[in-house]
Amino acid sequence: MSGLRFFLPRDAGALAVGADAVAKAVHAAAQTRGLDIDLVRTGSRGLYWLEPMLEVETPQGRIAFGPVEADEVAAILDAAMTGKPHSKSLGPTGAIPFLARQTRLTFERCGIVDPLAPVAFKGLEAARALGAAATIDAVTKSGLRGRGGAGFPTGIKWNTVRAAQGTRKYIVCNADEGDSGTFADRMLMEGDPFALIEGMAIAGFAVGATKGFVYIRSEYPHAIATLDAALRIARANKLLGTDFDIEIRVGAGAYVCGEETALLESLEGRRGTVRAKPPLPAHRGLFGMPTVVNNVISLATVPWILANGADAYRDFGMGKSRGTMPIQLAGNVKHGGLYETAFGVTLGELVDDIGGGTATGRPVRAVQVGGPLGAYFPRALFDTPFDYEAFAARDGLIGHGGIVVFDDCVDMAAQARFAMEFCAHESCGKCTPCRIGSTRGVETIDKIVAGTDRAANTALLEDLCQTLKFGSLCALGGFTPYPVMSALHHFPEDFGAGGKLAAAE
Amino acid sequence: MTWDNARADAIIEAHKALDGAALPILHALQKEFGYIDDAAIEPVAKALNLSRAEIHGVVTFYHDFRATKPGRHVLRVCRAEACQSRGADALVEHATARAKGHDAALTLEPVFCLGLCATAPAAMLDGELHGRLTQRRLDALIDGCVR
Repeated sequence: MSGLRFFLPRDAGALAVGADAVAKAVHAAAQTRGLDIDLVRTGSRGLYWLEPMLEVETPQGRIAFGPVEADEVAAILDAAMTGKPHSKSLGPTGAIPFLARQTRLTFERCGIVDPLAPVAFKGLEAARALGAAATIDAVTKSGLRGRGGAGFPTGIKWNTVRAAQGTRKYIVCNADEGDSGTFADRMLMEGDPFALIEGMAIAGFAVGATKGFVYIRSEYPHAIATLDAALRIARANKLLGTDFDIEIRVGAGAYVCGEETALLESLEGRRGTVRAKPPLPAHRGLFGMPTVVNNVISLATVPWILANGADAYRDFGMGKSRGTMPIQLAGNVKHGGLYETAFGVTLGELVDDIGGGTATGRPVRAVQVGGPLGAYFPRALFDTPFDYEAFAARDGLIGHGGIVVFDDCVDMAAQARFAMEFCAHESCGKCTPCRIGSTRGVETIDKIVAGTDRAANTALLEDLCQTLKFGSLCALGGFTPYPVMSALHHFPEDFGAGGKLAAAE
Repeated sequence: MTWDNARADAIIEAHKALDGAALPILHALQKEFGYIDDAAIEPVAKALNLSRAEIHGVVTFYHDFRATKPGRHVLRVCRAEACQSRGADALVEHATARAKGHDAALTLEPVFCLGLCATAPAAMLDGELHGRLTQRRLDALIDGCVR
């Protein structure tokens, strides 16, 4: 028997739990059995609690095993060859409920293909056939909104850049995915880098840009390496065309550089301080030129939209949130991973049903949605549908789609304090509310928790949050009040209100 | 390797033509030497036609750039929310105590998110990733560095 094909992720999340050791064991076990095998290193399917997940190709499709330990590989190999049962067998991969229930559009190929096997750029072909203006119309019609968190309509942004005057125009991909609880950008760049490259090429064609930059955070060395290798392949295969090229730039550990204007400053070689808007980057962005700044997922979704039609994408979702969102279940969750689905699924479904509750088995007490600047939601708000407007209506945000689950051991006052501390740590220092307010916020929370003039200090914290919210230049200072105020309002008992501390006052 | 002005100049020269070259130059210097010596500020400023204050500002703004040589190994334990939900704070406290007094062998740095939020808690040791960390596994990593 020869040519048996195995698939194992090379995704950072799989490597972190021993995928390379499993790969070695697969080759060793095959050799001792005299088997001629082919081990394809893919991206991750996003079922991280099952990583490393080993798949084998059968006439009935792929079957999966996981989470695989290196010393189980030999037995798994034997089970795969004979069809005998194994305790780590998961059956046909596509039938695993977590995968079967998803709608994978942006992540259509991720986890399935060799990320460095060149693909035909069907979306780019379709865009060229349509022409630049009609390409932008299609993106607008699809309803795609910025997946980085702000949710601005992508097509409208592109149209602004197309209409803007400039000797040069740029496409900047924001791959500074700093939000805790999010890893969709990383997974896509490691699992299907060509989707991003094609999306940037389409954006360049649509707005008349000749140069693209991908700004990737330094904490993602594997994503940087995979995207770099893919770019070389794209150039060698002339996939980008003759009038567009992409360069990778690496961040240096500043969270605020995920804010688009700070990112542009950083790309230009300066401190990552926020620029006041206007002018918008679409008018005067990188090096003063009209610039599209889009998140990885926004850009990587465009090829699917062009290849399959704007209506096909628009048909998914609810209200003004159209299409799908790659939601990331993280933290203390039983089934952590990436779940791409149409907008509209409720928070409770995501956490309890799809995520399976906590990994520790204790009750879910709070979830933070949308990164360090997102609100903490209690179970009482689990009926909130995943939708930009629905979350905003409940003083929250979906951000980049990360959900971090906490069990009942969490101290919500400590989480609120951390939010202020993080803002102080990461503030670029340009505006006063963020730079100074965050430090004063930490001190005020400490006073509340210590029971010092609790009522007065709570009022002061609320007032400080209003100042941050309305007086900050960007979302770092502007959104830090979300986790702080949500923790205070939904979990007042952790701040001493109504509890023993309050009674002692 | 130890700081070498001639080598630093060559690195600066190799990258200075890039648009917005400051970060690529500083990354390349740190990759070579493990840190960015004060001696680099002036030649980088000169190469980019910027003031020394501007380059000093860039070096000190970004958390990644170090002004002093780190230990032989660098361990970055994630301190962000997803890892907090799986006990990262206690891990960091434990690691700090265990690494104490081993500065030459190990530099412990905080990191805010490695994108391993579904296999938390996580850390990176000399560029290698480790997920689903336990105190025992973290001890083994630290012991391997300080031994």
